[in-house]
Amino acid sequence: MEKARPLWANPLQFVFACISYAVGLGNVWRFPYLCQMYGGGSFLVPYLIMLIVEGMPLLYLELAVGQRMRQGSIGAWRTISPYLSGVGVASVVVSFFLSMYYNVINAWAFWYLFHSFQDPLPWSVCPLNANRTGFDAECEQASSTKYFWYRKTLNISPSIQDSGSLQWEPALCLLLAWLVVYLCILRGTESTGKLEQLANPKAWINAATQIFFSLGLGFGSLIAFASYNEPSNNCQKHAIIVSLINSSTSIFASVVTFSIYGFKATFNYESCLNKVILLLTNSFDLEDGFLTASNLEQVKGYLASTYPGQYSKVFPLIKNCSLEAELDTAVQGTGLAFIVYTEAIKNMEVSQLWSVLYFFMLLMLGIGSMLGNTAAILTPLTDSKAISRHLPKEAISGLVCLINCAVGLVFTLEAGNYWFDIFNDYAATLSLLLIVLVETVAVCYVYGLRRFESDLQAMTGRTLSWYWKIMWAGVSPLLIISLLLFYLSDYILTGTLQYQAWDASQGQLVTKDYPAYALAVIGLLVASSTMCIPLVALGTFVLRRLRRGDPAPVA
Amino acid sequence: MSRVAKMSSCCYNETKRQQHHARRSKVKEASPLNWELGPDVYLQKCESDAENAFKVRLSIRTALGDKAYAWDTNEEYLFKAMMAFSMRKVPNRETTEISHVLLCNVTRRVSFWFVVTDPTKNYTLPADEIQSAIRMNRNRINNAFSLNDQTLEFLKIPSTFAPPTDPSVPIWIIVFGVVFCIVIVAITLLVLSGIRQRRRKNKGPSEVDDTEDKSENTITIENGIPCDPLDTKGWHINDTFMTEDERLTPL
Repeated sequence: MEKARPLWANPLQFVFACISYAVGLGNVWRFPYLCQMYGGGSFLVPYLIMLIVEGMPLLYLELAVGQRMRQGSIGAWRTISPYLSGVGVASVVVSFFLSMYYNVINAWAFWYLFHSFQDPLPWSVCPLNANRTGFDAECEQASSTKYFWYRKTLNISPSIQDSGSLQWEPALCLLLAWLVVYLCILRGTESTGKLEQLANPKAWINAATQIFFSLGLGFGSLIAFASYNEPSNNCQKHAIIVSLINSSTSIFASVVTFSIYGFKATFNYESCLNKVILLLTNSFDLEDGFLTASNLEQVKGYLASTYPGQYSKVFPLIKNCSLEAELDTAVQGTGLAFIVYTEAIKNMEVSQLWSVLYFFMLLMLGIGSMLGNTAAILTPLTDSKAISRHLPKEAISGLVCLINCAVGLVFTLEAGNYWFDIFNDYAATLSLLLIVLVETVAVCYVYGLRRFESDLQAMTGRTLSWYWKIMWAGVSPLLIISLLLFYLSDYILTGTLQYQAWDASQGQLVTKDYPAYALAVIGLLVASSTMCIPLVALGTFVLRRLRRGDPAPVA
Repeated sequence: MSRVAKMSSCCYNETKRQQHHARRSKVKEASPLNWELGPDVYLQKCESDAENAFKVRLSIRTALGDKAYAWDTNEEYLFKAMMAFSMRKVPNRETTEISHVLLCNVTRRVSFWFVVTDPTKNYTLPADEIQSAIRMNRNRINNAFSLNDQTLEFLKIPSTFAPPTDPSVPIWIIVFGVVFCIVIVAITLLVLSGIRQRRRKNKGPSEVDDTEDKSENTITIENGIPCDPLDTKGWHINDTFMTEDERLTPL
């Protein structure tokens, strides 16, 4: 008699769950940035190669492990070897960190979505200053979209040391975001399958990293999803489908993002030109409408030669407008999603409609990925008899959501965005590489590739192609080791870590060093997940030694 | 020589010509009573940066595009009329006439300076009065020329922006409230139905299944294939783990 494990209603639901998990915000705001930084279309070459060599094999591996072991990440790795259940624990820890900060993005998306039902859009105009003679000073220095993001949404403090107070508006949105996630996971993972990160070596490293994180490997979510599959499910086909759809979504998102970049760059360039034209027209009392973009340089030359005194007074105020400079500003992350895109949207016709659609899309992406993350945490918890005996599924989900929400309130402080950046940059990067490396080595060398192959064949009825075997046993581990070495050396060489802080007086970002306690938190984040692997192995070893020593083993 | 150079020299000439015309017409119209003032003194009151003088700048083509009208003496007359009208609204200045408003230094931009003199035409009215008068009637003045605060500028008079129309309850809170209530209702319904389902299940099957479930540990379900000997039962020791060498199967 087995405990009946809930199953997906049909394979399509499983595929949609995986796609919704893998296709996330990274496709929208990380991939286009990488394309722009590493040569545009040519970045696709390392990206596609890494997809075939690293992404697909590792994705298939995780799905196969989940489907074969039919348990969440902790149980699955414990089945392979008790010493390796630390890998599962590390996965859960990393998923926990991720779910803590990832839902804050959904909270921001909700905030912007709710503010899209206004005319004019609140980020399209600067607010007036105290005596209503002009616009707010900070907003004048920066732009209205940056002001809305840094002042109205985040109310950001000048540095990470000034924690400030809790902002109730983002806190409310965070609460709502967690309630929505809880609603979706309430009935268990089976109800979540509905419709939801390149000749320059740096380009290749970034392509490898992007594929890796974009597919969401190592969090345990894919193992969790696959554990609810029928054993005979053809996960090889699904692995290929999910990775291809994930990559094509990234490429599609880049096409859209580049057209947005172009629109914004053209618009800003033309506004810059108009400002210069107005300045010159007013200073020299030229006829209104006489100066245009085409004769600007010629007229400037004439004015400089004819009225040198007056021109030299005006000259410092004249900005050099350049379309190339506008296009060169590559932005990634929250800056792209909440500043660049909103700036483009505010200049479109019917901007409220586009704004609502855009933030709704962000929400769908974000919540889809969140469901995968929470599945990674909940599946091992509900699998473990110790916990699920005492608490029903709804209570476990509720408790996890509550704890994450409470911790997530840290990110709604005035300095919250700086802590968010810490989590975003360090919580999942190194640890995941290590986790997936150990996973691959464990399946191939500890469990045995031959044995896994025969298991899969018995389960699905298909023989394992030589391609997968070579990738799992050789190429992918080597790739991950080289990625790990590169990042470790990069961290060691760069020395003190720095971050970008918002300076309200200048209206732009400035670079600052992290204080000691922030560095300690970073170290703790990386250590707490990676140390799980050796610690649990050690613990199991010690426990087994103790039991062997006892004459009567404890049942 | 470029068009611009031609225009600026012509601009200068035209200003001079306008002033000359003005002087000549004034001289012609001057009654014996006004003769003693003399045309030069009359015009000295209005100069760039004179005391109590304001500079005005219009951007007609920016505002109206193709429908832009040309700035000529008739438009100037209308401007003088609007200034006189504004001053008449000020207490003690109800007798201001159009002829009391003086314009000068009209450029091609279009920009010019103006002053408002008192009925005796001896001195110009203080800047504060003119400023408050214009501020109060700014809308009427703008409408007379089909312009707005940005295209009809009085350079020393900053325009105040219209106060933002804030609704009593911010719109985003309303939308938030709606979504929040829907989510809470949905959660409550699901939780309640889950509790009801569990109660029904508890009444049904016997206790045997429960104990079996409890003693059972995570066992993999295979379709007709015997369980893998490496399955662990919780933390119990399984003999197969003693011989660890066997697990390392060669590739």
